[in-house]
Amino acid sequence: MSWYSIMKREVSSYFTSLTAYIVLVIFLVISGYFFYTNLTMFVTFVGSDVKLGLWQFTFQDMRRTMLLLLPLLTMRLFSEEKKLGTIELLYTHPIKDLAIIMGKYLACLFVLIVMLVLTFLYPILLKIVYSVELGPLITGYLGLFLLGGAFIACGIFVSSLTENQIVAAMVTAGILILFWSIDWNEGIAGTKAMVILHQISLFEHFYSFPRGVIDISNIIYYISITFFFLFLTLLSLESRQWRGKK
Amino acid sequence: MNAIEVENLSKFYGPARGIENVSFSVKKGEIMGFLGPNGSGKTTTMRILTCFFPPTSGTARICGSDILNDSFSVREKIGYLPENVPLYMDMPVFSYLNFFAEIKGVPSRMKKKKVDEVIQRCELQSVSHRLIRKLSKGFKQRVGIAQALLNDPEVLILDEPTVGLDPKQIIDIRSLIKGLGGSQTVILSTHILPEISMTCDRVIIMHQGKLVAVDTPSNLTKKLQQAPKIMLKAEGPVSDITRTLSRLSGITAIDRKEPGSEKNGFYEIEAEENSDVINEIAKSIYENNWKLKEIRPVDMTLEEIFIKVVTEEEGVNNK
Repeated sequence: MSWYSIMKREVSSYFTSLTAYIVLVIFLVISGYFFYTNLTMFVTFVGSDVKLGLWQFTFQDMRRTMLLLLPLLTMRLFSEEKKLGTIELLYTHPIKDLAIIMGKYLACLFVLIVMLVLTFLYPILLKIVYSVELGPLITGYLGLFLLGGAFIACGIFVSSLTENQIVAAMVTAGILILFWSIDWNEGIAGTKAMVILHQISLFEHFYSFPRGVIDISNIIYYISITFFFLFLTLLSLESRQWRGKK
Repeated sequence: MNAIEVENLSKFYGPARGIENVSFSVKKGEIMGFLGPNGSGKTTTMRILTCFFPPTSGTARICGSDILNDSFSVREKIGYLPENVPLYMDMPVFSYLNFFAEIKGVPSRMKKKKVDEVIQRCELQSVSHRLIRKLSKGFKQRVGIAQALLNDPEVLILDEPTVGLDPKQIIDIRSLIKGLGGSQTVILSTHILPEISMTCDRVIIMHQGKLVAVDTPSNLTKKLQQAPKIMLKAEGPVSDITRTLSRLSGITAIDRKEPGSEKNGFYEIEAEENSDVINEIAKSIYENNWKLKEIRPVDMTLEEIFIKVVTEEEGVNNK
């Protein structure tokens, strides 16, 4: 159960320092602003398609906000321990590397869940004045959760590479933006390469979720990306075992 | 049975040498001191023993468990205080110790008892609910030591445990460590030489990544002190005293020390081995009607031993 101890410590560290609160507040303010703007736009111009169109726009805006904010949550996970030297304590205690990673990953995932749950407020408010269809809402949140989980895995990996938190945040954001924009340039890539690039793109797999469609391949994609980065993190931690060997 | 066995341990950081061919063993219940200047490889050796990183070559066993093949069970058996005492600054002392009790696998029904026990032993009661960030250096150091003691480790590895403590705290920590000897095996490193002679059963002297001497502090003194030295304080004409004494058999050198006057002359006398010169000197001073103020054999201090070992590294190795 040592992963649980690690998770508890990380969660309490998020909420005793200001980090989690600041990220939560920014996320709520920005996603609330997006929700309001999109709602106004749909009411004014589109009218008829609020049920579906509104969530598609709102979730895609929230997704971008997450891209900017989640690296700020993940940057400290390993970098801070390296800087403080506390990583030496973890490494010299009877705890498996995997348990350290899982504890930290789940702690950050917990903050993500809090973040998303707090935004339930918007559909609830809308529900009071207008009928809201639950389907796309639920799948949309599932999509955001899976996407966020992949972002966090990427952030943890980068954080395990450096003791500088700022570097960790910037590199994570860089990687995520690259994953997002990788299939934008159809002209250069050519159609064949485009098929592959679409498959790799982090955001391409997201579009079906807010439409209320659950495509297993998309779910598998996000879970694979998450596992891929967590696996790289494990390699990065274990590298101390073979670095410096003859 | 040996609690720690180290065999030909080497560690290179790229081309730079951390340690090279270090071998030694520590008996169960023994307190072993690591002595050496900065960069001599003390911390590197400790980090290998605690499985923080593996050696480039060689291996070590802690209570029978190999650090390479069985690192998990090694880590269960040790308590470690790293250099510079890393701490989670944003945690209160109590939660910090609780967290490490969990990580060390202390059963949950024992947890509170163990944490209370180390808080008591390291005298942290007054600060147990304060944030570590706000504590003084001495308290932080003690939180680190408390953490290392949590699971009653069979082997305790302390990297410079008394740095930054005030004199009273140093005495407390030393007596704490001394109290551990016998039941627990302790390795500690330090720059402070008297600390070694006060707390340790044996000393390892390291220099530039190599082990240059392993022995008890008193044996080291004996081995290295080739010529016995005598300190003499006497009142009388300096030149007469010097002349008379240098004629005595067994005395190889006499050196007048500053500050000294007619009334209070200090002399350092080197004598041949196994000669009973103290008696001769005293007799001669008495016969000449000078006044004898003080006379005693001078033991080499650990500082001198250390310098000697480090400068005559090769000589010691060939003995």
